[in-house]
Amino acid sequence: MSTPAAPKPAPTPAPTPGQTVGPFFHDALPFPRDRELVPPGSPGSVVLRGRVLDGAGEPVPDALVELWQTAPDGTVVQQPGSLRRDGVTFTGWGRCATDGEGRWSFVTLRPGTPYVALTLLARGLLDRLQTRAYLPDAPDDDLLAALGPRAATLRCTDDGDGLLIDLRLQGEHETVFLDHSARAAPGVGGTH
Amino acid sequence: MSTPITPEPAPEPVPEPGSQAEVSAEIAALDGTPGRQPRLDYPPYRSSALRHPTQALHPVDPEGLELWAPVFGRRDVDPLEADLTIGGRGEPIGERMIVTGRVVDGAGRPVRHQLVEVWQANAGGRYVHQRDQHPAPLDPHFTGVGRCLTDAEGTYRFTTIKPGPYPWRNHRNAWRPAHIHFSLFGTDFTQRLVTQMYFPGDPLFALDPIYQAVTDPADRARLVATYDHDLTQPEWATGYRWDIVLTGSHRTPREDDVEPDHAEHRAGDAR
Repeated sequence: MSTPAAPKPAPTPAPTPGQTVGPFFHDALPFPRDRELVPPGSPGSVVLRGRVLDGAGEPVPDALVELWQTAPDGTVVQQPGSLRRDGVTFTGWGRCATDGEGRWSFVTLRPGTPYVALTLLARGLLDRLQTRAYLPDAPDDDLLAALGPRAATLRCTDDGDGLLIDLRLQGEHETVFLDHSARAAPGVGGTH
Repeated sequence: MSTPITPEPAPEPVPEPGSQAEVSAEIAALDGTPGRQPRLDYPPYRSSALRHPTQALHPVDPEGLELWAPVFGRRDVDPLEADLTIGGRGEPIGERMIVTGRVVDGAGRPVRHQLVEVWQANAGGRYVHQRDQHPAPLDPHFTGVGRCLTDAEGTYRFTTIKPGPYPWRNHRNAWRPAHIHFSLFGTDFTQRLVTQMYFPGDPLFALDPIYQAVTDPADRARLVATYDHDLTQPEWATGYRWDIVLTGSHRTPREDDVEPDHAEHRAGDAR
């Protein structure tokens, strides 16, 4: 009996480059209740907020932050409905444009895993950036341990009103932004 | 003995500060440097000066949550949102066109049933956005905003109007090549892509510090759509095709990736 020949791997296509989100996304990307993963004031809700700051420490008023997180029990949610929230379904995803003072905020539930994932877009930023925001009490993991003092830029504080983390594009206390592609193996998923 | 007087070499012409010539010289100096993505530190794009990280991005293996992307469905997107020409009471001004293509991951697998968002200027190069001060007319029949979900083959499709080029204030007499903004999700959080689609043969390509921030010519060429006469519809609309390749998925595709079934996955099991 012959074994069928393994299919020839298709040539790996090169990725499409990113480009800046520009200044004119506000009519397209924001949507009603985009930042309310749960209704404000609902049981168990927590506010996660911060500012986006540039290299001069000035607020970035035309940035967009996206939040992706697990549910309180640690599951990765795969539920539609973020764009038309029904007030009941927790989708784990939200989006918030910064205001005139560079501030963004989400109303959400405390995730069941140590960090939430953030995507940052802005005019003047040529490609999206991604990072993690760890809970204040999350134990150090391999990434935080490897970062030394810069790990502090990835850890939320709890100021009594909720979780707080600033995203600094440049300069002192510049946020650590992540490159997930280093060990990406296109076509060979599940290399772990 | 007298030394013959040699004429001083003519000085290199110094481009006038804030001119296209100055920006073009900066673009030329960086052109061809390798890197598939745009340079975040790209001085010709003036607004990037204080908005790019100075530290290298920190390499990390994606894990758990990061191996999954948010799910969108029919509840999120009305199919009519893929037609940008029907929002008003009348027909928008300009060249009606169909823009379509496939969204695939780094292994060429289709990205199925995933959200695609677009926004663009109107035919006169004007955005509805309140911050757009370009003195070109707004079109009451065109908002320039659309959404759709890819189908089972990863195909997206929009009906819209060809956007016009427009001036901006990066430098004096700066003009953006005509483009459509695209926002895309993959199957992994890490595949998130926000980019711009351009049109073939635009005379503004060489002058534009955003397009040129992708410094490898072969890579930035991937931002340009192709005119496709087979897509063009008689007496109706021209057709452009633009395929989008996301970075490689890190996750082994599973049976339930074929159709999102609203399942939940334990973050620790996702690897």
